[in-house]
Amino acid sequence: MDTSLNLSDYMLNRVQRLGMAGLFLFHSVQRIVSTSFPYQASMKQLAFVGARSMLVIACAGLFVGMVLALQFYDTLVRFGSVSLLGSAVGLSLIRELGPVLTALMVIARAGSAMCAEIGIMRTDNQIDALECMAIDPYRYLFAPRILAGIISVPLLTALFIIVGLFGGYIVGVLMFGVSAGAYFQSMNDTVLIRDLFMGFVKSVVFGLLIVWIACDKGFHLHLDRRGMYGSEGVSRITTEAVVLSAIAVLFSDYLLSALIL
Amino acid sequence: MNGTTDKTVVEISNLSSFYGERQVLTDINLNVNYREIMVIMGHSGSGKSTLFKNILGLHQTSSGSIRLLDKEVSSMQQSELYALRKKLGVAFQNGALFSSMSLIENVELPLHEHTRLDKQTIRIMARLKLELMRLADFEDLMPAELSGGMLKRAGLARAVVMDPSLLFFDEPSAGLDPIASAELDELILQLRDALNMSIIVVTHELESAFKIADRLTVLDKGQQIITGTPAEILASPDPRIVNMLQRRAGNDVIDADAYLDKLTRH
Repeated sequence: MDTSLNLSDYMLNRVQRLGMAGLFLFHSVQRIVSTSFPYQASMKQLAFVGARSMLVIACAGLFVGMVLALQFYDTLVRFGSVSLLGSAVGLSLIRELGPVLTALMVIARAGSAMCAEIGIMRTDNQIDALECMAIDPYRYLFAPRILAGIISVPLLTALFIIVGLFGGYIVGVLMFGVSAGAYFQSMNDTVLIRDLFMGFVKSVVFGLLIVWIACDKGFHLHLDRRGMYGSEGVSRITTEAVVLSAIAVLFSDYLLSALIL
Repeated sequence: MNGTTDKTVVEISNLSSFYGERQVLTDINLNVNYREIMVIMGHSGSGKSTLFKNILGLHQTSSGSIRLLDKEVSSMQQSELYALRKKLGVAFQNGALFSSMSLIENVELPLHEHTRLDKQTIRIMARLKLELMRLADFEDLMPAELSGGMLKRAGLARAVVMDPSLLFFDEPSAGLDPIASAELDELILQLRDALNMSIIVVTHELESAFKIADRLTVLDKGQQIITGTPAEILASPDPRIVNMLQRRAGNDVIDADAYLDKLTRH
């Protein structure tokens, strides 16, 4: 009896929490179109999520592109189809690896930091202070971050893909001697607008998910049923946000692929 | 007193509040008048911080009424609450400054958000308040570089930068040495006199409370034991008040054997 009661209590709490997360997103997105949107705060967040992630994204893109070219070359050479190397690298990067790996890198670099920052603001009464100063936290804190996520992640994804293609070029063309013309022509022949659209839609959705989960976890830290609130609470919600964001990205990747393909 | 000074700025009637199923406040009644310093006192867990949050609309009340500046808080829409909060100042125990902003940027924030003043005017107004709090020489420091007392004064500067009619101050003396605590008490009195504010202070420090209060209200286990002037509190025969005042005088007598038994009990 106790177990079933606890289970129903737990389920009710989860549903309630999901509803709160939905409302959190609704309020934040609603503030993006408000007349008094804080553009300066958005620029700061764009710099944090986007500009300062460029180096790490470029590094990751370069090595992923190189590894892909290495693996595909090894497979294609057995079938005498090395001329398709460009198309294999291009499609893999544009459709799947670019958006997903960029999102995972952004989770690690910006999502975790964002969650910890908001969580500390919650424990330190800074969010209460904002409300007491009649400053709407959705408008001041979350709308700029969500906008930054939606804008930055697609741009970072594009950077990842471009650098990845260059990495593939280094390995395929410069190291293994595949013709440069064949590398780019096969890519041009097989990559369709629909593939670019898929990569773009995915990266926008991933950007939204990452910021939503990170900010929501931090903002609702005080509602934790286990009563962890201070540094331990911040540490725990940051871990939860990173894990949940990664799962959400991978799950939505599958859903979007299934919908668009 | 004239008509203006008799005006009630805070009226709390039959207020009760819960955290989940746990009742933390029971039937609280409290009035605060214009230019009055009301101190809410009580031990840790007595419900004073919850009362503070209820008054500010940061925690939902379960029953009763809270009127601030002639407006009912408990039934307000968020937009109305924000409009009301522009007339209030709130200083938190730890200052609650934004760690990514310098001291002066923190103080300027409400002015940037709620006024259309130019940057230069805003800077001058923020400097005036920092001057009042004796923090003018530290305006470019980040919150992490400030001492506990300076953080509280900085929080106070930010709270009064919009010249509110009503100021709330949570635990001004907590964690401060006696000199810093006395300085802050003086500042609170000066603020009331210079800016004609009504001030609600939440504290558990008896010395500080009796020094600044026009009236005090004492909470214990979520219930209001007494509300009155410092003289009325001192004359109260209520054993809980007497016990509290004896502790203030340092008259606690501890039986060493009983205390050792308590510590070593299984």
